[in-house]
Amino acid sequence: MSKIRRKESLGSNTFLMAVSAVILGLVAGAILMAMIGSNPFSGFSYLFRGGLMNIERIGNTMATATTLMLVGLSVAFAFKTGLFNIGASGQMLVGGLCATIVAHKVFLPRPLFLVVLIGSGLLGGAIWGVIPGILKARFNVHEVVATIMMNWIAYWSVYYFVPAYLKGPSLETESASIAITQSLRAPWLTKLFHGSYMNLGFFIAIVCVILVKFILDKTTLGFGLKAVGFNRHCAEYAGIRVNRNVVISMMIAGALAGLAGLTFYTGYSRNMQIGVLPSQGFDGIAVALLGASNPIGVFFSSLFFGILQSGKGFMNAMTSVPPEIADTIIATIIYFTATSVLFGRIWESIFKRRRKSAKEEQ
Amino acid sequence: MNHVIEMLNIRKEFPGIVANDNITLQVLEGEIHAILGENGAGKSTLMSILFGLYQADEGTIKVRGKEVQIRDPNDANDLGIGMVHQHFQLVHNFTVTENIILGKEGGFILNRKAASKRIVELSARYGLNIDPDMVIEDITVGMQQRVEILKMLYRDAEILIFDEPTAVLTPQEIDELMQIMRNLVKEGKSVILITHKLAEIKAVADRCTIIRRGKLIDVVDVAKTPVAQMAAMMVGRPVSFKVEKKPAQVGRVILDIHDLTVLGNKKVPAVKDLSLFVRSGEIVGIAGVDGNGQSELIEAITGLRPIESGAVSLDGNDITNAPIRTRNEIGMGHIPEDRQRRGLVLTSAVYNNVAIKEYYHPPFSKRGLLNIEYLQEYAQTVVDQFDVRSGEGIFSNAGKLSGGNQQKLIVGREMVANPQLLIAVQPTRGLDVGAIEYIHSQLVAHRDKGHAVLLVSFELDEIFNLSDRIAVMHSGKIMDVVLPNETNEATVGLMMTGIDAKGAGNE
Repeated sequence: MSKIRRKESLGSNTFLMAVSAVILGLVAGAILMAMIGSNPFSGFSYLFRGGLMNIERIGNTMATATTLMLVGLSVAFAFKTGLFNIGASGQMLVGGLCATIVAHKVFLPRPLFLVVLIGSGLLGGAIWGVIPGILKARFNVHEVVATIMMNWIAYWSVYYFVPAYLKGPSLETESASIAITQSLRAPWLTKLFHGSYMNLGFFIAIVCVILVKFILDKTTLGFGLKAVGFNRHCAEYAGIRVNRNVVISMMIAGALAGLAGLTFYTGYSRNMQIGVLPSQGFDGIAVALLGASNPIGVFFSSLFFGILQSGKGFMNAMTSVPPEIADTIIATIIYFTATSVLFGRIWESIFKRRRKSAKEEQ
Repeated sequence: MNHVIEMLNIRKEFPGIVANDNITLQVLEGEIHAILGENGAGKSTLMSILFGLYQADEGTIKVRGKEVQIRDPNDANDLGIGMVHQHFQLVHNFTVTENIILGKEGGFILNRKAASKRIVELSARYGLNIDPDMVIEDITVGMQQRVEILKMLYRDAEILIFDEPTAVLTPQEIDELMQIMRNLVKEGKSVILITHKLAEIKAVADRCTIIRRGKLIDVVDVAKTPVAQMAAMMVGRPVSFKVEKKPAQVGRVILDIHDLTVLGNKKVPAVKDLSLFVRSGEIVGIAGVDGNGQSELIEAITGLRPIESGAVSLDGNDITNAPIRTRNEIGMGHIPEDRQRRGLVLTSAVYNNVAIKEYYHPPFSKRGLLNIEYLQEYAQTVVDQFDVRSGEGIFSNAGKLSGGNQQKLIVGREMVANPQLLIAVQPTRGLDVGAIEYIHSQLVAHRDKGHAVLLVSFELDEIFNLSDRIAVMHSGKIMDVVLPNETNEATVGLMMTGIDAKGAGNE
C-alpha cells in the first residue's frame, strides 16, 4: 500500500515541476511576442494550429517527435549512469549513414529488409557511442569532450562519404533519394495521415520507450547502471564494475541516437544532406531534461517539443512572429526545468500552508 | 540566574515524522547544558531551529528573555549564537586568520595584522593555543576544531553550540576540549553540548536535557544523576555498558595478510610490509590514531585500492588482485569508514541500498530480471531487525535517514549477508548507547557463529570491549599484537603514538 502512495507522490511532483516549467516558458514566449508588437494569442494559436490543425500536420508533428523521442531517450539513459551524452548528433549521423547505405544497396523481402535497416542504424549509433565510453572507462577522457569530437568526425565523414558513394543525380550536397519501398515510410501510414512524413519510426520509438523503462526499472543491468550514476564510489564498493557499466551505458545511448538518425534520414526525410550537424541531437537534451530523464516523461516532452518544432513555420507564415520565438520558448523551458528544484520547494510550501490552514479550520 | 536561551514548546514536522514534539529547552547563563538523545531523537533538528537553519512549525524562542525570530544563521550570529558543526566549515588552503575573518573582513583593505592580534588575545584568554599563521591543511583535526571555536569568539558569540564535538578527536584532544569548555563558561559564555556520550556529559555538563523520539523526557542535574539512569532515560530501558562475551573459540585462519605494502594518495607507502591474520571465531581490533594507514590497509583488503606488494588471502583463496565482487562472493563483508560516500546511494530508496551487493543473483533476480517484491521483503527484514527508522520505511531515500540510521542500515546489510569475514571500520561512529550496545552484541554474535571479524576503531573503549586480540597500528606498521587482558589502555595509547611497550621509539 505504501508503495503505491510513494509512487504517486513522486510522479505527481515531477509532473507538476515539468508543467510549471512549460507554463512559465509559454508565458515568457508570450511576453516576448508582445514586446515585438505581435499579439501573443494569435501567435500561440497559429503555433499550436501549425502542429495540430489537421491530420497531416499531426502526422508531421509525430514524425518530428519520433526523432526527438529517441534522442531524448539516448540522453536520458546516459544521464541515469551519470554521463552527459552530448554526441547524439554524431551518433544520429552515423546511424543514419549506415541506414542510408543499407537502403540504397541492400535488397531483401520487406520484413527482413526492415530488420536489417533498423539493425544498421542501431549498430552505427552504438559504435559511435561506445568509443567515448571506452575512452572514458580506460583513460578517463571526459565523455563531453570525446562525444563532441565524435560529432565532428561524423560530420566530416558524411561530408565526404555521401558525395563519393551515395550521390544523387542532380545535387552535390545531398544523397540520392531513397525509394519509398526502401525507407521507413509505409503507404498505409502515409494515407492514414493524409500524406504526412509519418513513418514506422514512431513505432520504433514507442518500443524503445517501453524497453528503456523496462531496463531501468526491472533489470539487474538497470540497477547497476543507476547505482553507478547515483554514486559511483558506492557502486564500486558494492562490487559493481563501474567501467563496464559506463561502456554499456554509452553503447545503449549511442544505439538509441543511431535509431533516431535512422528515423530521421530514412523516414522523415529520405536523403542525407552534407554539412549539417542535426540539431535534434541537442534538442534531445532539452527533451530529456523536461522529461526528468524518465522514459515516460521523455515520451510526453518529445511530443510537446514536436508540436513547437513543427508549428513554428506555420506561425511565421501567418503572423509577424519569427520562428525563433519557438526556440526561445524551448530555451526558457529548459531554463525553468533546470531550476525545477525551486519549483519543488514553492509547491511544497504552498501545499504545506494549505494543509496547515485546513488543520486550523478544524 | 537568568535564562539566556529559551525554546518553548517547539514543534517541527518532516514528511512522515515529527522530529520535535512540544520540546522545551531552557539554558541558564554561564552553564554547560547538554542535550542527550539517541540518533534521530531530534537533537540536531532542535539546534538547527535555534541556529536558523530550520523554522519551527510551532513554539517560541526567547534570547535573554526577549522573544526573537531566527530566520537564518545570520540572525543567530547577530543574537550572539554560534555553532561548531560536526563537519568543519574551513577553507583548507587559507591560514587560521584568514578562515576566522572570512565574512567579517571589515572594509576593502584586509587588516590581517589587527585580526591576528585579536586572535592571539582570544586564543590566550580561552586557552586555545592557536598559531594564527598556520595553514588549515597543516594542522590537526583538534586544532581545526579550535579554529572553529575561535571563529565564534571572534564574532562575539555568547552562546556556543557544539554538535557532537568529540566524534573526530583523540582521547587527549577530548580532554583539551573539555578544559576549553570550562574556560568558556568561566569567562561568562554559555555552552550547549549535543552528544550521546555520557562520559563527556558527566565530565563537563551542569544540566542535561534528555530527548527521546522527538519528545522531552526530563531535565536533570548532572552531578546528582548516575550515568546509568541518564542512559536509561535516553533509550527508554536499562542499558548495559559491558559487552558480554564468552571466550573465543578460535579456528582456522580466514584472513591472512602477508608483507603488505600499499601506497597512499600521495603515492608514498601508507602501509609498510604489514602482516596480520584473523582466525575464525575471533575479533581482531586495530587500534591507532586516525591517519596511520588504517584506511589504506582496509581499502587494500577490500579491493578498493591496488596493492603495491605482498599478498592477501581469504579463506585460502588468494585475493590480492581479485575483483571486489569475487571477494564478496567468497565471503567478505565491509562496513566502510565513510558511510555517505561509500556505504550508500543516498538518492536511492532504502530497499535498493540493502540489495546493492546482491541484486545480481537469485533470489534477488533471475535471468537479469529483478525480483522487486523479494528485494523489498528482504529489506524489510533488515530494517526491522536493526531498527532502522525513517519517514517512509524502505521506500525512503537513504539520504533522508539520520546519520545513525544510515549506519544501522549499512551494519544491518553487511551482517544479514552473514560473511565469513566482516571488516568493520568505526561501526558505531555517531551511534547512541542503545544502538552501540546492539551492534556490539551483533559483532560478538557474528564471532560466536565461527566467523572472523576485523575491527578498526579510534575509540579505545570499543577496541578493548570487543577485541580478542588487539593490533596496534602506527605509521603503516603493526607495532605489536596484544591481548586485552594482558595490557591496559594507557600502554596501548602509548604504542599508538609510536612508542613500543619496552619504551623504545619506532622511528
